Amino acid sequence: MLTVNNCSVRIGKVSIVDDVSFDLRPGQWLMLAGPNGAGKTSLLKAIARSLKSSGHMLFDGQDIAKMPSRGLARSMAVLQQSHNLSYAFTVRELVALGRYAHQSAWSHQDLGGQQKIDEAIELCGLTALKNQNALTLSGGELQRAFLAQVFAQDTPLLLLDEPVSHLDLPYQQSIFDLTDQWLKTPGRAVLSVVHDLQLARKYGSHGLLMKQGKRLAFGPMDEVFTRDNLKQAFDMDVSAWFDGLHAAWADLQTLAD
Amino acid sequence: MMKTGRAHPLRLAGILILLLLSVLLCVALGSVVVPINKTATVLWRALTGQAFLMDAQARILLLVRLPRVLSVFLVGAALSLCGAAMQGLLRNPLADGATLGVSSGASLGAMLALLFGFSLPGFPLGGTALFSMAFAFMALVLVLSFAYVLDRSLATTTIILIGIVLTMLMGSLMSLLISFAGNRLRTLTFWTLGSLSASSYSDALLLAAFLLICVPVLLSQTRELDALSLGEEAAQHLGVSVRKVKLLVLIIVSMLIGVTVSIGGSIGFVGLVIPHITRLITGPKHKVLLPYSLILGGIFLMYCDLIARSLLSPVELPLGVVTSLIGAVFFMVILLRQRRKMA
Repeated sequence: MLTVNNCSVRIGKVSIVDDVSFDLRPGQWLMLAGPNGAGKTSLLKAIARSLKSSGHMLFDGQDIAKMPSRGLARSMAVLQQSHNLSYAFTVRELVALGRYAHQSAWSHQDLGGQQKIDEAIELCGLTALKNQNALTLSGGELQRAFLAQVFAQDTPLLLLDEPVSHLDLPYQQSIFDLTDQWLKTPGRAVLSVVHDLQLARKYGSHGLLMKQGKRLAFGPMDEVFTRDNLKQAFDMDVSAWFDGLHAAWADLQTLAD
Repeated sequence: MMKTGRAHPLRLAGILILLLLSVLLCVALGSVVVPINKTATVLWRALTGQAFLMDAQARILLLVRLPRVLSVFLVGAALSLCGAAMQGLLRNPLADGATLGVSSGASLGAMLALLFGFSLPGFPLGGTALFSMAFAFMALVLVLSFAYVLDRSLATTTIILIGIVLTMLMGSLMSLLISFAGNRLRTLTFWTLGSLSASSYSDALLLAAFLLICVPVLLSQTRELDALSLGEEAAQHLGVSVRKVKLLVLIIVSMLIGVTVSIGGSIGFVGLVIPHITRLITGPKHKVLLPYSLILGGIFLMYCDLIARSLLSPVELPLGVVTSLIGAVFFMVILLRQRRKMA
């Protein structure tokens, strides 16, 4: 579905992403992980074409650099980490903006679009809020509204850029569960940048570890998120750290018993 | 609040009736008050080509007030439309020709054209209009490029600060021009006082022609503006060709602000206040927001002009002074409300 060959991103003389290659097939959820400054978000933005890059990237055999704007937006949707909402759109209006690339330029016709919008709103549990002013939503509700927007965009590929970084635990769970459910329809794939390695491990089928702009490891989750790879990526014994955390929870469990 | 962005027939009828009544009222009132029913009869008969008595009152109505009211309406409509479009494009509720320094850019352009006597053959207003537009566009590009360099997010405060700096710079350049104007001083001073008091049908016609070109173009970009009000990156992810839309809207806005400034001088705050109020009525979807801003902007400026010419009659206040007085108060209210929201 997505093939990235030798992608590099430079800002001035600084190399942000350095010669990264990988591919993504339908049904896969690829987790992009690595320490701060590893170039994860830049790589995602290069794929979505909001950042200039060199290298060769293909979506279903088409050169991403040459795809028209609307065509690209019908192929991949992006959920950003935070949103800059200045005006009082209702939740439904916000979700409906996801249909832009499907509407014809002149007549604005969009067959089945209304249904897709309603389905996305329902899937994300926003039916009760759909006429509410989006400026009054909580952070978690707003992120779900934007998730509904990318679902309404109805693309085979979903790019998530640290989608839950600012959210409380129940919202983290709901965003990942909803995406997991969305992925169950055949022909779809997800690429996400994540900070939380535990979430990555639980939901991802594949992993791509990055460090200082370079690809450190890529492949099925079990082969990528190994003790050695993580240690190399983060310069600390990640597994030991997690073991310690889990032990703390186990203690709590014993005390409760 | 509007939920679907579909046209709302009752509200549309209401605003059109308001428009007709406002035109009637503003044409009838002034230093000489013509009864409303007579005003309506004269206008109707003149419009439908029926015979009527061309007495002193009819002369005032048709030769003095109507062209002025029409020009004022069109200027207000254009400024308000530009404000609404820019606020969507820059997702910045304080963007407007005056706050971004575009109007002062246009003024500087018009002054240069007047000073160097640049005019198009057979089109006496053409030179100033053309220079106004070119300078309005340059001012807009200048503000946005500075804002980009300083802070890529095009934050409200950055843009407004640069707009203020640019307005001050243009202001001092204009003072410089005035002090070197020599025998053209009268022409320049007369123009800077900028009023629509001597507007003719040809002014109204020029404005109408520009609106006729620009309004459909802006109305064809309403979904793009909706998407852009989520930010440029978000709009691009939704499939909008951001550069293309941005350039198109900026050109249209510069054309409209340029032509209004060349005819009526710099009139502030219409483009700021009216889209704000309109957004409260229609919601932020540009498909509804733009046409309503246009009509309400025209109506607002007609009443400002009525106040300007009748408050201290026979002395006439500059129109820009009236809009600025109302606008400044409104601006404060917006800032206070934003502050409260942040707190």
